[in-house]
Amino acid sequence: MVDLTINTDVARQILTGFIRSEITRVGFSRAVIGLSGGIDSALSCVLAVEALGAENVLAVRMPYKSSSSDSLDDADLLIEQLQIPSKTIEITAMVDPLFGLDPEISKLRKGNIMARERMIVLYDQSEVFKGLVIGTSNKTEILLGYSTQFGDAASAMNPLGDLYKTQIRQLSRAMNVPGPIIDKPPSADLWQGQTDESELGFTYEQVDQVLYLMVDHRYSPQECVEAGFDEKFVDIVLKRIRRNQFKRMQPPIAKISNRTVGYDFLYLRDWGT
Amino acid sequence: MKLNLALAQISTKLGDVESNLEKHLTYIQQAKDQKADLIVFPELSLTGYVLQDLVASVAHRPTEDDPVFKHLLKASRELDLVVGFVDEDDRHRFFIASAYLSGGRALHVHHKVYLPTYGLFDEGRFFAWGDTIRSFETRFGRAGLLICEDFWHASPPYLLWLDGADIMLFSSASPGRGLTDKEKLESARWVERVSKAYASMFTSFVAHCNRVGFEDGLLFWGGATVNDPNGELLAQGPYFEEALTVVRLDLNQLRRTRARLPLLRDERTALVQNELNRILSRGRSNH
Repeated sequence: MVDLTINTDVARQILTGFIRSEITRVGFSRAVIGLSGGIDSALSCVLAVEALGAENVLAVRMPYKSSSSDSLDDADLLIEQLQIPSKTIEITAMVDPLFGLDPEISKLRKGNIMARERMIVLYDQSEVFKGLVIGTSNKTEILLGYSTQFGDAASAMNPLGDLYKTQIRQLSRAMNVPGPIIDKPPSADLWQGQTDESELGFTYEQVDQVLYLMVDHRYSPQECVEAGFDEKFVDIVLKRIRRNQFKRMQPPIAKISNRTVGYDFLYLRDWGT
Repeated sequence: MKLNLALAQISTKLGDVESNLEKHLTYIQQAKDQKADLIVFPELSLTGYVLQDLVASVAHRPTEDDPVFKHLLKASRELDLVVGFVDEDDRHRFFIASAYLSGGRALHVHHKVYLPTYGLFDEGRFFAWGDTIRSFETRFGRAGLLICEDFWHASPPYLLWLDGADIMLFSSASPGRGLTDKEKLESARWVERVSKAYASMFTSFVAHCNRVGFEDGLLFWGGATVNDPNGELLAQGPYFEEALTVVRLDLNQLRRTRARLPLLRDERTALVQNELNRILSRGRSNH
């Protein structure tokens, strides 16, 4: 058994410090988070509240007509617990006309459109609330590419991006995220009955262990098999990581000049702050 | 003899030397108020760490006519300072540097000799490699300066020891990494372990000052330490937050420890030299 346990006190200190630093150093004091009712956005909210104060965190619920009512209830549970300002902006009227243009539209396309519509709403609310958008992607989904590019993957900063899903659960328990949110099966809730683990074909607990060995500890695929993981499973994970590299990168720029953004024009985002 | 040593684990603004200078002067005043004799700032304390293409625009010389160093040299008339900066030589090579300032003069400048260029580090791409490791005389005895990766290698502290340094002043901009179930990050545990080991093996004072604050997603962990010639921890600053840690060193401890434990007396430098010559002549070294 590979142990992914983290010291949650240290993680909490680092992540709240990160949110505070990245928001205040550019002159902001507030944050906007899309609250789905799932564990990742719930934990992001809790961290943001601890970093910035409850009055400075806006939770935005963006249901579609088929969204599960449990998701909305769970989001409410957290809003109630944290006493944070919130808004509900239903996306049905925005996305249905686009869905209607093509009777053949697939579930995948609908899911991507919904994720990107939520991004549009969130960035608009960012301007209204004068807060930066805090992302909710975790390390597992970033590595597996289990997200919509320019959709749920879009944000101004990503406090959870170096924590695996199982570590997110551990930190959520330590930070009093409501039990029902931690315990329910993770779902993007893009269509009824969808769950991450049935779509991916493996559990987060299984895949996090392999990812942790391959990525954090630089195990070769063969060494993962020797450590007791199924060869086919290791291969599927490796292929997913490789195939989704594009989602982790800025689009490449074709180099023409002597100095090109991304190659030899190199500055951190925190330049001058 | 006593030395009141102050370790200033500050955060910096990336590329904003003027603002960082202001912070230095504030901390220098605080250290003076606490009767410090020497204040040590972290690696690249005047510039910030992940400089990349900012390197050339933040470089300075530790001279009277430099608009930044003139303030620091003036301050050094009242207490000694170690500051981190980008040094540009006459032929426009840029070094990660630490300067020891005292009595209005730069007594010593160290250029970082090991530039980590692996993992999250890319120093070798932007900086020139220093090529000397020298101890120097201060009003508190001989001292030596090293910068971060310099002391991840065993040879620079060893050379300083043989060159007469009894007080080793380490500065870092060490990004926190490696969170497990333990209370301390792996990077912090590693640095603390070797600092204590050097103090013990070289029966010397070893002080380490690491910066704090974020640069993009990197968090520098702070946690300044001072170990005495017995390898005992005398003081430690907090993790992750700015602090000035002031500690009184009893330099006579060097004598007491070395009377008990004559590691320096017994160090067989000629043996080391012979074996190094043999190893190098057989082409077994990297360089």
